[in-house]
Amino acid sequence: MNAPFPQLVVAPPRHFVPAQAAPSQQPGLRRLGLGAPLAWGWVLGPGLLLLYWSVLSATGWLDPRILPAPWTAVETAIELIRDGRLQDNLAVSAWRAAQGLVFGTTIGVVLALLSGLTLLGGYVIDGLVQLKRGIPVLALIPFMVLWFGVGEGMKVTVIAVTVFAPVYIQTHAALRAIDLKQVELAETLELSRWGFIRHVVLPGALPGLLTGLRFGVTASWLALVVVEQLNATSGIGYMITLARNYAQTDIMLVGLVVYALLGLTSDAVVRLIQQRALRWRRTLAS
Amino acid sequence: MSAVVQVRGLIRRFTRKGVLDGIDIDIAGGEFVALLGRSGSGKSTLLRALAGLDHEAEGTGTILVPERLSVVFQDARLLPWKRVLDNVLLGLTGPDRQARGLKALDEVGLAGRENSWPYELSGGEQQRVALARSLVRGPALLLADEPFGALDALTRIRMHALLRRLSEVYNPAVLLVTHDVDEAIELADRVVVLDDGKIVADIRVALPPDGIARRERTAALQHELLGLLGVAVDASTSPYARSERIPA
Repeated sequence: MNAPFPQLVVAPPRHFVPAQAAPSQQPGLRRLGLGAPLAWGWVLGPGLLLLYWSVLSATGWLDPRILPAPWTAVETAIELIRDGRLQDNLAVSAWRAAQGLVFGTTIGVVLALLSGLTLLGGYVIDGLVQLKRGIPVLALIPFMVLWFGVGEGMKVTVIAVTVFAPVYIQTHAALRAIDLKQVELAETLELSRWGFIRHVVLPGALPGLLTGLRFGVTASWLALVVVEQLNATSGIGYMITLARNYAQTDIMLVGLVVYALLGLTSDAVVRLIQQRALRWRRTLAS
Repeated sequence: MSAVVQVRGLIRRFTRKGVLDGIDIDIAGGEFVALLGRSGSGKSTLLRALAGLDHEAEGTGTILVPERLSVVFQDARLLPWKRVLDNVLLGLTGPDRQARGLKALDEVGLAGRENSWPYELSGGEQQRVALARSLVRGPALLLADEPFGALDALTRIRMHALLRRLSEVYNPAVLLVTHDVDEAIELADRVVVLDDGKIVADIRVALPPDGIARRERTAALQHELLGLLGVAVDASTSPYARSERIPA
């Protein structure tokens, strides 16, 4: 073929990209943020611990006199539920913790507002709270017994006093960190003091409050253990103390597991509240 | 028209920044005034004084402003934890507040976005919400502190048209702080130039409606204002200077 002119060939351009090219094949930037979180992702850690414990118990590496197997705990728990001891004691404990948590959180938030929004409040309250932080709960208990007796009032007070500190500190810090620009906005919109607190201060301090609440919830269970093992005739702590006297390691273990589950559940609840209440935020974790 | 804003002998000194050195200014009802000046000339200080936001300032002088007064800041300042409509309604009272808020959102072209979170909006949309929030109160005076400064050029043009239209509807007196000469000429009835805490010029814009005369007047104003701001205008390179030579 001797064509007078070079054959015209329509070649695809050098950088031709087929339309079907999968987007995933295109080089992207390294993602530094996190991917979409799994709803039950946090179960992995506790699950691994359970697996490790089961393997050690099943292979006989773990002496049941030192730590009974997980299934022993489950069997004992079922027995305790059958004769009603577990749920009765659990209800008592949960009620104590809940009361302490409510009082402690309320006191923490109110004190944080007073100390964060007024200069005088800041001078008076903040120093006192810092002093209180330095005193361990255990050291306070003899005085608490002296002041409030050995009844429920003392127990709830100890828990409330333990809870209020982290709630106060986190709320106060978040409140003081509220952007001055938002304060100016509230001024130009002529919000009342209460309107300012309701629309600007509380929502702005809410992330801190919820962080404080997470610490507070965990702290409330700790305080509960202390007061129940010290002087009580009911509750999970009492159940554990009683079991210790008779060397019933399986019941002690059930008590521990219940404490752990309570801690984990309450923390999950607060985290759920956090997710729901802070939907307006876009962060690394969202 | 009688003045809704009267400032006499206003002196402000700050330890941090900004001074005002004897400001006298009147703004009539419905008048659109642009306050032009370099950084540090005191233009934001004057606006904050009128808004009553300068708590820590020391100074003297009298300020008379209407009770119904709104401020638009450079950033939209939406509360991130409130949905768009709740941001607009913040601090608003009255039985029909909901309806008024929705109407204001409609006027800034954001009908149907009332349930969005602020982070879901673009910068221009957020600033439109801020505009709705300030207009829904029916202000007699609107104070705007470089409200378009953080927006991209195209969005700014659209916002100019929107602000002009809305200020015709609501007819507040407007004090717009800006350092953008073109923005001042396009929007304002009057341009006040501030330098080192003093008013150095007070110019009526008075643009003719007709195309060429308008362009000439614009170019002359640009030249004058840039000169006042201390920007040397080179006749051979400046687009402002060139536009003066458009044949009639």
